[in-house]
Amino acid sequence: MIEFRDVTKRFDDGTTAVNGLDLVVEAGTITVFVGPSGCGKTTSLRMVNRMIDPTSGTVLVDGRDVSGVDPPTLRRGIGYVIQQAGLFPHRTVLDNVATVPLLTGWTRRKARQRAAELLELVGLPAELGRRYPVQLSGGQQQRVGVARALAADPPVLLMDEPFSAVDPVVREGLQDELLRLQAELDKTIVFVTHDIDEAIKVGEKVAVMRTGGFLAQYAPPAELLTRPADDFVAAFVGKDRGYRSLSFVDSSGVEVAEVPTVAEGAPVESSSDWRLVVDAEKRPQGWIAPDASVVPGGSLYEVGASIRGALDAALSSPSGLGVAVDGEGRLAGVVTARQVLDVIESRRG
Amino acid sequence: MGDIGKYLSDAGTRAALLDMLLDHVYLSLVPLVVSVVLAIALGWLCHRFRPVNATLIGLSNVVYTIPSLALFAIIPAVIGTQVLDPANVIIALTVYTTALLVRPVAEALAAVPAHITAAATAMGFRPLRRFFSVELPLAVPVLAAGVRVGSVSNISLVSVGALIGTGGLGTLFTDGFRQRYLAPIIIGIVLTLVLALVVDLLLVLLRDRLTPWARAGERL
Ligand SMILES: Nc1ncnc2c1ncn2[C@@H]1O[C@H](COP(=O)(O)OP(=O)(O)OP(=O)(O)O)[C@@H](O)[C@H]1O
Ligand SMILES: [Mg+2]
Repeated sequence: MIEFRDVTKRFDDGTTAVNGLDLVVEAGTITVFVGPSGCGKTTSLRMVNRMIDPTSGTVLVDGRDVSGVDPPTLRRGIGYVIQQAGLFPHRTVLDNVATVPLLTGWTRRKARQRAAELLELVGLPAELGRRYPVQLSGGQQQRVGVARALAADPPVLLMDEPFSAVDPVVREGLQDELLRLQAELDKTIVFVTHDIDEAIKVGEKVAVMRTGGFLAQYAPPAELLTRPADDFVAAFVGKDRGYRSLSFVDSSGVEVAEVPTVAEGAPVESSSDWRLVVDAEKRPQGWIAPDASVVPGGSLYEVGASIRGALDAALSSPSGLGVAVDGEGRLAGVVTARQVLDVIESRRG
Repeated sequence: MGDIGKYLSDAGTRAALLDMLLDHVYLSLVPLVVSVVLAIALGWLCHRFRPVNATLIGLSNVVYTIPSLALFAIIPAVIGTQVLDPANVIIALTVYTTALLVRPVAEALAAVPAHITAAATAMGFRPLRRFFSVELPLAVPVLAAGVRVGSVSNISLVSVGALIGTGGLGTLFTDGFRQRYLAPIIIGIVLTLVLALVVDLLLVLLRDRLTPWARAGERL
């Protein structure tokens, strides 16, 4: 658990970066600090590992006031990941990952062995360990950065815009990877970003900060979308928040219906119905229109996943029928937008 | 050319040449090694304390403008050594080489990206360990470039020391001029050049051993 008690940071030049921050980051959760540039996210984060000391107030990690702990010792127990990964260019990937274990006195052999395990954990092939950081892609470097932060198995992880330097596709992959890792590792993570979509995706709780170092709202992401505390948060959360909040509603109440199917490659004739093309494993491949033409399918959603996916599947489908699949990607049935909306309406109660 | 053959045919001369060569190596490389250590220490000071930076860089520029012969002559007066003491040359060249190296070292340390030092700090490096494990290794390519210049300049400056009689290959020039005899002069030039090239080659090998990472980007 990380606790900020009335924490204020004023720099020598008079800038107040953080203003009376009161906030508790629950153990074993991902908490996101989000806000516009310069609102004090990095400063808040760095007060946890004492890269910055507060002007007033107290920061506690697992109940212990950090101001009483020797900074290097404190930091070895807190993983830290930054935007440009910050890998040491003169050390191999493996030695980069082994850094903190070596600092804390492990033997080189044991540290490297641990580093190799971590590369595997973050999904990097072992051969990459022998390379230098310049020989990796940006996304791979970020994974190494995460592996390095996790090397000494710290209970707390601080991540400062860890994925903002990579392209959107890679970023998504890294976010999914982080969520997968977290399910396994159960760390207390503070994640800084200025991207509200990223905040909503990875955060179990999100602290929205406002320029001047004020906390505007601290709530689970669904609540930010449905009940923003004020106009600033509403504007920051952005457009389509009604639609986006559907990400937090599960689709289990939406009954799927059967749909006529055609095996891939089988001859087709015109008919009054739309027919779904499926392959040998019953995975949807597209639609056959009533005039027998082949039309690419819309988005698919997995049964029980968010209702946003179900609605999008229905809206993006050429037949107006959203296709639901099971965990293996096999056809489960179809839904209409009206059905989905009815469920949303009824949930409102 | 016959002159040179005759000059070298004498075993005594050859032994004397070897002595001069070894003297030359000693007189030029000891200051090099000492100044690398000094420049790292001073570079660290510059890097840690801004005001020191400006002062030291200014001072090192001034030092570099003092003519070498003058420096060789002033040093006995300043520190009380004998006029012919080889220590004069060693000290003078140490001063020069340090002045040459401080600035690039300080700049190379300052050029280490802030996010890399921040990452090191965040992982729990204490300042001194961070300096030797992260900042200094990253400054090695720049330091090595400075050391190569320093080695060539030292090897040539040691010859100037012969004018005040401190030994080394420069003695061949002073003797040759005095006796109006070309052979030792030519031998002196050749040996100095070869020495400079060999030392440079060794420095390049050492640098490449220390910085395999610096060429990693090209290999891919
Ligand atoms: N060392 C410093 N000295 C003076 N002011 C500083 C210092 N570090 C940060 N600030 C100021 O404090 C405020 C908060 O900075 P901080 O880096 O915490 O913002 P941030 O939310 O992380 O922004 P970004 O999204 O751009 O990274 C800014 O106005 C910044 O200019
Ligand atoms: Mg920041």
